[in-house]
Amino acid sequence: MTHQQTEHANNGMAPEASITAAAMDGALTAHDGAVTAAVGAAAPERPPAPDRPISLRTENMSLYYGDFRALRDITVGIPERTVTAIIGASGCGKSSFLRSFNRMNDLIPNARIEGIVEMSGVPIYDRRVDVAELRRAVGMVFQRPNPLPLSIYENIAYGPRRRGVRNRADLDGIVQRCLTQAALWDEVKDKLKQPGNELSGGQQQRLCIARTLAVEPDVILMDEPCSALDPASTLRIEELMQELGHEYTILVVTHNMQQAARVSEMTAFLNMAEDRAGALVEFGPTSEIFTNPQEKTTEDYITGRFS
Amino acid sequence: MATRLLSGNRAERGGEMAIHAVLLGASVISIATTVGIVFVLLSESLRFFDLVSVWDFLTGTVWTPLFRPAHFGVLPLVAGTVLVAGIAIIVAAPVGLFTAIFLSEYAPDRFRRIVKPMLEILAGVPTVVYGYFALTFVTPLLQRWLLPDMIIFNALSAGLVMGVMIIPIVSSLTEDAMLAVPRSLREAAYALGATKFEVATRVVTPAALSGIVAAVILGLSRAIGETMLVTIAAGATPRLTLNPTESVQTMTAYIVQVSFGETPQGTPVYYTIFSVGLLLFVMTLAMNILGQWVVRRWRQAY
Ligand SMILES: Nc1ncnc2c1ncn2[C@@H]1O[C@H](COP(=O)(O)OP(=O)(O)OP(=O)(O)O)[C@@H](O)[C@H]1O
Ligand SMILES: [Mg+2]
Repeated sequence: MTHQQTEHANNGMAPEASITAAAMDGALTAHDGAVTAAVGAAAPERPPAPDRPISLRTENMSLYYGDFRALRDITVGIPERTVTAIIGASGCGKSSFLRSFNRMNDLIPNARIEGIVEMSGVPIYDRRVDVAELRRAVGMVFQRPNPLPLSIYENIAYGPRRRGVRNRADLDGIVQRCLTQAALWDEVKDKLKQPGNELSGGQQQRLCIARTLAVEPDVILMDEPCSALDPASTLRIEELMQELGHEYTILVVTHNMQQAARVSEMTAFLNMAEDRAGALVEFGPTSEIFTNPQEKTTEDYITGRFS
Repeated sequence: MATRLLSGNRAERGGEMAIHAVLLGASVISIATTVGIVFVLLSESLRFFDLVSVWDFLTGTVWTPLFRPAHFGVLPLVAGTVLVAGIAIIVAAPVGLFTAIFLSEYAPDRFRRIVKPMLEILAGVPTVVYGYFALTFVTPLLQRWLLPDMIIFNALSAGLVMGVMIIPIVSSLTEDAMLAVPRSLREAAYALGATKFEVATRVVTPAALSGIVAAVILGLSRAIGETMLVTIAAGATPRLTLNPTESVQTMTAYIVQVSFGETPQGTPVYYTIFSVGLLLFVMTLAMNILGQWVVRRWRQAY
């Protein structure tokens, strides 16, 4: 078994030698043609979730905060264009797990990853990876909506502008498309110039989703995206996740079992061991995890018989 | 039960009142001092303005209170002050901002723990030392390499060194403002693929802008009020000029000069201390009001 040790010094001073954006794009989206063709067919026949190509893969991944091991030897393959739910008790490392796919943990001093983490076959902790480019390919929606202190319009336009989209009409088009996709367009189309953080919490969260879509990622990580929202907003975002799941690889952390059951096709259950390191207990189709779990701890957690 | 409730209440109220009194006393002392200073400045200045009209004072371009004929046009002193403080802020604002960006966004923790105390030491160096540093080191250096014709007392080296002196004020207040920018905002930008530089310049700096402006304005009013450095290095020549290589006199340096001279009480020269002091006070007050207005106006909700 290969056990690649990728340790990264969290030293932002030295810009990472970069795999060029083009090369990275090629690697990350090499599979696009085939799948788009399949989806574009009249009756899109998607293979069952477990049989889809792997988008994100880890092998014996461990994550440390200093001396504390937060995740232990996680080996998993997340299928692309699928909603995968991550469940587990508070503190078992779900957020840490999620954040290792867009290298958000890099921002935490003395956070350290061991093992293999790949996206479409690219080892994302390789020294040559351009982290900014990776984060464009792997978008993230946070637990608390965090619009940038800009207008609604500029929040969405931020990503495209960074890519070099300057043309006003193009930007207008992107803004409308992403807001529509995030089911927010009708509510905000008349006030695009208003500050994004003057929207309601649920609207802000949809704005954050729209903003993520505007970057055109392949993967979207969502860390308890509905935990600060009312039931109506939650429902809308759940519908949104299901829709987006046809096009995007979505990883969603949730504490809500019904939500996991409703929106996801695959489910990963993480659990804390004695030493508080999180480990992957079970990973499989959501229907099986929920109706026929292989592990006792999974069953206990799902049915609520859990400390 | 009822008695216990009542007695507890009374004890509580007694303690509260004592604390209240102490806090009130402390604030009364500082308020009373301020009021006293303003009162003295105003009343003594009024006597000055019995002798010299406000208009002549504020618009006159010649300041020769110690010679005959005496002229009391304050503009040369204002020009000297603005010149030196202007040079200082041109140095301190960018360097302070970049230092703050570096410390808050780039520097590893360990580095920050070393540099911050060093900046604080810089802020603790007595201003007289800065004065002699300007006079005996910076001026000769400039004369040697850049400006051979520059005279020994000049606004330029005083301003440059004053800029260095106020860098810690600007950078540390700016850094505070930047550290107050919530992490979620940085994460939002990073998650959209922003680079460190973009996060620093397009997210953190705008979000902290009101604090940054306040830091610069505070640095500027510190520069305007600074006395010892300019007394030593900028000269004692009231001159209406914006040429930094010339010798000038700032308002503060003038006040020092007259205060140490043998100026009989009651003469116009004596009262200039207060009128110039009052103008200085009004200028720094205006800066602070401007600063607060800017903070309110530009505050970015996040
Ligand atoms: N920045 C950090 N520094 C040190 N330890 C951390 C840090 N972030 C998380 N941890 C630790 O790592 C473990 C996993 O945290 P994480 O936030 O990933 O859990 P979680 O499963 O997302 O929990 P929750 O459901 O409450 O959000 C916890 O023990 C936590 O204390
Ligand atoms: Mg979490």
